[in-house]
Amino acid sequence: MKIKKGIAVSPGVAIAPAVVLDTEEYDIPMRHVPVDRAQAELARLQKAVAVSKKEVLDLKKHTAQRMSKETAKIFDVHLGLLSDKVLQKKFSETVLSGCVTAEYAVATVLRGYAKEFLAMPEYLAERVKDVYDIERRLLRNLIGQSRQTLSHLTRDVVLLAHDLTPSQTAAMDRTHVRGLAIDAGGKTSHTAIVAHALGLPAVVGLNDLTADTEAGRTVIIDGYRGVVVIEPDEKTVDEYRLFAQQQTEFIHSLDALRDLPAITRDGHEVTLLGNIEFPSEVVTVLSKGGQGVGLYRTEFLYLGSDTEPTEEDHYRAYKHVIEACEGRPVVIRSLDLGADKYTQSRARTPERNPFLGLRSIRFCLQNLPIFRTQVRAILRASVGSHVSLLFPLITNLLELRQAKTVVRDVMEDLEEEKIDHQRDIPIGMMVETPSAALQCEAFAKEVDFFSLGTNDLVQYTLAVDRANEKVASMFSVAAPSVLRLIKEVIRTGQRYDVPVSLCGEMAGDPLYTALLLGLGLTVFSCAPPAIPEIKKVVRSITMEHARGIARRVMSFDSDKETINYLRSEMRNILPEAYAE
Amino acid sequence: MEIINKYGLHARPAMQLVETANRFSSKIELSNGTLAVDAKSIMSVMRLAGTKGTILIISADGADAQEAADAIVALVNDGFGEMDEG
Repeated sequence: MKIKKGIAVSPGVAIAPAVVLDTEEYDIPMRHVPVDRAQAELARLQKAVAVSKKEVLDLKKHTAQRMSKETAKIFDVHLGLLSDKVLQKKFSETVLSGCVTAEYAVATVLRGYAKEFLAMPEYLAERVKDVYDIERRLLRNLIGQSRQTLSHLTRDVVLLAHDLTPSQTAAMDRTHVRGLAIDAGGKTSHTAIVAHALGLPAVVGLNDLTADTEAGRTVIIDGYRGVVVIEPDEKTVDEYRLFAQQQTEFIHSLDALRDLPAITRDGHEVTLLGNIEFPSEVVTVLSKGGQGVGLYRTEFLYLGSDTEPTEEDHYRAYKHVIEACEGRPVVIRSLDLGADKYTQSRARTPERNPFLGLRSIRFCLQNLPIFRTQVRAILRASVGSHVSLLFPLITNLLELRQAKTVVRDVMEDLEEEKIDHQRDIPIGMMVETPSAALQCEAFAKEVDFFSLGTNDLVQYTLAVDRANEKVASMFSVAAPSVLRLIKEVIRTGQRYDVPVSLCGEMAGDPLYTALLLGLGLTVFSCAPPAIPEIKKVVRSITMEHARGIARRVMSFDSDKETINYLRSEMRNILPEAYAE
Repeated sequence: MEIINKYGLHARPAMQLVETANRFSSKIELSNGTLAVDAKSIMSVMRLAGTKGTILIISADGADAQEAADAIVALVNDGFGEMDEG
């Protein structure tokens, strides 16, 4: 039994066998498989070889005309390597007698050869490139296989990975994954967002978890305390089952709040909305008492499939959400892709710093066909409903005006084509950069609403990468500088009569609800499972109390002071949730 | 036999040799003095580091052993067809 401590990012307890995902990077940790799985691993490897051979054959065929004879010969070498019987025998021996994963076998065997070639005179050492190429191709096809496994699970599992990419989570079979445990990452990494949305326990920042866990072993994920137990003994399992039961009872008690209004004790109304990534999640938003969708993240239309979505694909998804919401408000955010395969694969050279690069709205403004397709679909789908359009990552007025111009252009086209569309759709922007927050007064005059994206706002303001486990502890929404920006935006919104919502993870953290209410926020949009607890906090305090809390917090100099203070306040407001 | 072409057993000649060896049913082994490998395996042949001047020893065992050996010796002695390319 091994116990590992990480950062708890989503509450809950999961007890299930582990599926372990390797990364696409080069360092493959030693990974054993149980003896009875070795044959299956070999089969995986052989399948990857067959797929790789076909790929190379296709490549050769399609580039035959444009290539020189020498270049064509490279493909022949690759085909030769993939058909090489001595190599296959080595793979087979490594997998079967070492009981290791296909990936590990591929990496060790090929690197062994690579080392030999590197010791040779230059033009012969060139061959090492072929070996690395084969390695990459085989690994890619093996990981492609495991992603297949990920979308066709047959039993409940917990997912362990070095890091979870959006496309992996999009492909994940949600009915069988019961918990997530990740080596990398911080509190608002992508994993945390997905875990919240699905109500799954998740722990991140575990560093060497995947290297230390064998696939198939039972793992407990404790999303409350940030603990992961590998191969727990019976006593530990029993303790956790009991604990899980108690938590479930608390959650059910919250469900009773579903139809009750989100009103403070002194009668101030608060709007609670849900964040979604897939149309199917609207059901969860409504069942948890959400009054609509405060953020529809549309990236998954791109990441969930291999081909670019058509206008009809967009339209169908939006229509589904709008209809499921039955007249309730829906905020659709335009494409916020960045630092992922989509934008990076299109770049001629990969960006050195994708987070500060051509992503999100910038990418859209440079790829107008993609942007226009989405806007068209949104305008068409929104007829007669309460849909708003939200632009992400706006940092300057020019950008905002350009984006609005695109919307106007698309509207003109639809007008000419006599296609029905939403003419006076409210247009808002995410405030998620210091630039947007500091200039919010100018922006307030040109948008219909603001949406505070605290996840990225904290990143950019504190200059901390939320997914980097080395600095993740520095990431905090309670940082005074961040709170100051949030307060300023809310105040400006009030001054200019521009509604302000908060859709970052902060909105779903009950620790900050009172503070945000006290700062003047009245619209919260969070992951559906969190809605009941936020409502409970709202219903448990008065606005006067909340304002007092906010005043106190704004006088603190550090996030630690703020968090400790809020915790002690919460122990009084919601004792059953903050007992420990 | 001695490798006589300028760039020795680089990609193209190595593939040629392996393709030739695979035409025969006999077991064919190539050695550079320190390492003996299966001539039908491209990965193995590449490991021989056959530069110009390297002496290779071939041994074949099977029904068409002589044919196989002759074919490969001919290939090497012909410099893999690269002798008139500067």
